[in-house]
Amino acid sequence: MKELSLHILDVAENGINAGADRVRISVEEARLDNRLKIRINDNGRGIPADLIQKVTDPFYTTRTTRRVGLGLSLLESAARQCNGSMHVESVPGKGTTVTAVFAYDHIDRAPLGDMTGTLISLIMGYPDVAFEYIHSVNSRRFELNTVDIKNMFDGRPVSDPAVFRKLRTLLEQGLTRLKTNED
Amino acid sequence: MARLTIDDLKKIKEKTAKDTSLRHGKASIKITVHMGTCGIAAGARDVMNSLMNEIAQVDRQDIRVVASGCMGMCSSEPNVTIEVDGEEPIVYQLMDANRMRQVFKRHVLLGEVQTDFALAKM
Repeated sequence: MKELSLHILDVAENGINAGADRVRISVEEARLDNRLKIRINDNGRGIPADLIQKVTDPFYTTRTTRRVGLGLSLLESAARQCNGSMHVESVPGKGTTVTAVFAYDHIDRAPLGDMTGTLISLIMGYPDVAFEYIHSVNSRRFELNTVDIKNMFDGRPVSDPAVFRKLRTLLEQGLTRLKTNED
Repeated sequence: MARLTIDDLKKIKEKTAKDTSLRHGKASIKITVHMGTCGIAAGARDVMNSLMNEIAQVDRQDIRVVASGCMGMCSSEPNVTIEVDGEEPIVYQLMDANRMRQVFKRHVLLGEVQTDFALAKM
């Protein structure tokens, strides 16, 4: 994957395919501590304890359409090559949390990339799932919650052009502000 | 006479919206963007975003967009399936933002299947 935001899109979809209707994504850029932490939490059906060791094995997958399962293996190798690590915690019936940590300034760390594109794809592609997004750069924060947006538009669907435009503007402005303001 | 509250008005609005959406019928065109790991790595996110930008420009309530997982044909990703009511679903292969715009404008809006990009009829 060329961007970390593509890993986020991929892992968030794992949760939705596991029946989640709430996905919480957080990106923490602690530049002063030279750390980038990504966490994706869902309330899907979770991973049984005996399978959790296998999730990063590229030749293990529960799907039947093909024989390899690369999503989490790719994220783990991306984190490891940047002096980081990936952890998967899961409680069957409650949900799963995937946490990946990277050394912020590592030369092999892929850029975060187009987070707006990732969030738009998730929110539009899965209109029935509630998404929460929290992005922090040092002490600054940006938060977005699709439940708030739906309330703001009085329950109109996210596919409504007005809602879509508002969502995109909120994301673009919020993330640009986060990137450009200095502490 | 009892006064109407904001909640009453909201209820009336919801009911009317429900009734009219029933009258206009359900979505008649379903567009599926396949976004498994393979699709994402091959550029499905750009395809999805280009599709959303196109849809935002037309006033159509009967088009439904969904994301789904991998179909098992990873080498032809990004794949997009278009299902028009009463017609066979068409799977498009090796999509990118430009191809998506063309397929949306020609196939979805005008009904002309873009055979150059098609992988299969299902």
